[in-house]
Amino acid sequence: MQQVSTTFHFHNMETGSLVSIDNLSKEEILKILRTAAYFEEHPNQKILDGKIVATLFFEPSTRTRLSFETAVQRLGGRIIGFSDPAATSTSKGETLKDTIKMVSNYADLIVMRHYLEGAAQYATEVTDIPIINAGDGANQHPSQTLLDLYSLYKTQGTLENLTITMVGDLKYGRTVHSLLMAMRHFNPTFRFVACKELQMPEFYKQFCLDNGIQFTEHEDFNQAVIDTSDIIYMTRVQRERFTDIMEYEKVKDLYSLNNAMLETSRQNLRILHPLPRVNEINRDVDDNPKAYYFQQAKNGLYARQAIICRALGIDLPVK
Amino acid sequence: MSTQKKELAVAALKNGTVIDHIPADALFEVVRLLQLADSEMQLTIGNNLPSSRQGRKGIIKVADTEFAESTLNRIALIAPTAKINVIRDYEVVEKRAVELPETLIDVVRCNNPKCITNNEPMASRFEVVSRDPVKIRCHYCGHTQL
Repeated sequence: MQQVSTTFHFHNMETGSLVSIDNLSKEEILKILRTAAYFEEHPNQKILDGKIVATLFFEPSTRTRLSFETAVQRLGGRIIGFSDPAATSTSKGETLKDTIKMVSNYADLIVMRHYLEGAAQYATEVTDIPIINAGDGANQHPSQTLLDLYSLYKTQGTLENLTITMVGDLKYGRTVHSLLMAMRHFNPTFRFVACKELQMPEFYKQFCLDNGIQFTEHEDFNQAVIDTSDIIYMTRVQRERFTDIMEYEKVKDLYSLNNAMLETSRQNLRILHPLPRVNEINRDVDDNPKAYYFQQAKNGLYARQAIICRALGIDLPVK
Repeated sequence: MSTQKKELAVAALKNGTVIDHIPADALFEVVRLLQLADSEMQLTIGNNLPSSRQGRKGIIKVADTEFAESTLNRIALIAPTAKINVIRDYEVVEKRAVELPETLIDVVRCNNPKCITNNEPMASRFEVVSRDPVKIRCHYCGHTQL
């Protein structure tokens, strides 16, 4: 019997579009991270002078939109777009294709977020200008993955041979799935910590096996797991994911982290979280130097500046 | 007796294509996929014919028409047992099975209701990721099905 292939194929490399983290080779990922580091040192530059970037948010996402728009503004570009599709022709029944074609007449680059899965891939097929996917439903959100990778790179000095513990909702968590796939280039070891209902899906475990990635699964978020991790990636366990509310009540506090649990952890350990957090990280962790989730969000700005420059084919003085 | 009749019926086609051994429950889906409802050629469509291998089968004969291989291969997903016979001057000049292509364009719908292909007037597109058992992956949303 043939195995299911977990290799993806996308065909939009030629335009600089970024639809999925799988569009990027190892070299391209590293180049984006080096470019992000460059922007962290030089965040304000006029390299997008005369460029217009359209931010089309077919579903609201204030955090991601502000991050992309700040990235453009700090590089001297201008922004057109919308953050509320109710005010656009989409609400009149205009197709996505028509909206993209219309905006392509005005802008040099489109950053789009859409509630439908595959919308960004389709957008690349109906226009010649580059598309950056800022999230398409539950599918892909590559700029989040790149800021996560930049956070690992920055805090650990490398992406190679890291032990990464993923905690919480591993079943529906888009960020952990994308991070897992992007890390295939860097020989990671994963620990998946989740209750039975929210375990890492078979597809991603098969992906690990196909790519020679070591992983272990744990229902118990214990000290041994914490003390041998370089990165702990926390995610929110959402009540609406449970069919049985009693089950939620039983497990909701099993996967939360507090400061005392970090006492014997490695010096280089950093705690990441895609935010927003609720109770999964106690507030007493916030002042621990190992807490990194707020800086992680800030890294999004630099990562997005690097992604925008790649999309527009702008070369920067990085190795 | 019935075998003889069927052979006679195929031979009676001077030029054209016979698609035989279609699973009976997929016959009309094949008719739709090949857009035969719009065809002005002579068509013979039979269904629920006895078959020693399949129990019941369907058959389609289209006069004076030869389909592109890629067109016929699109039916492989719904009618994997189908056999193609190309007839020229009463002779079967080509006989072959259908073969599942690597990419299926506008053959099946994605079963993810939140996929862009179910919400926009556009063709679906799948990549075949496994042939036995058949598994296809949506080019747009990444969902795997079948």
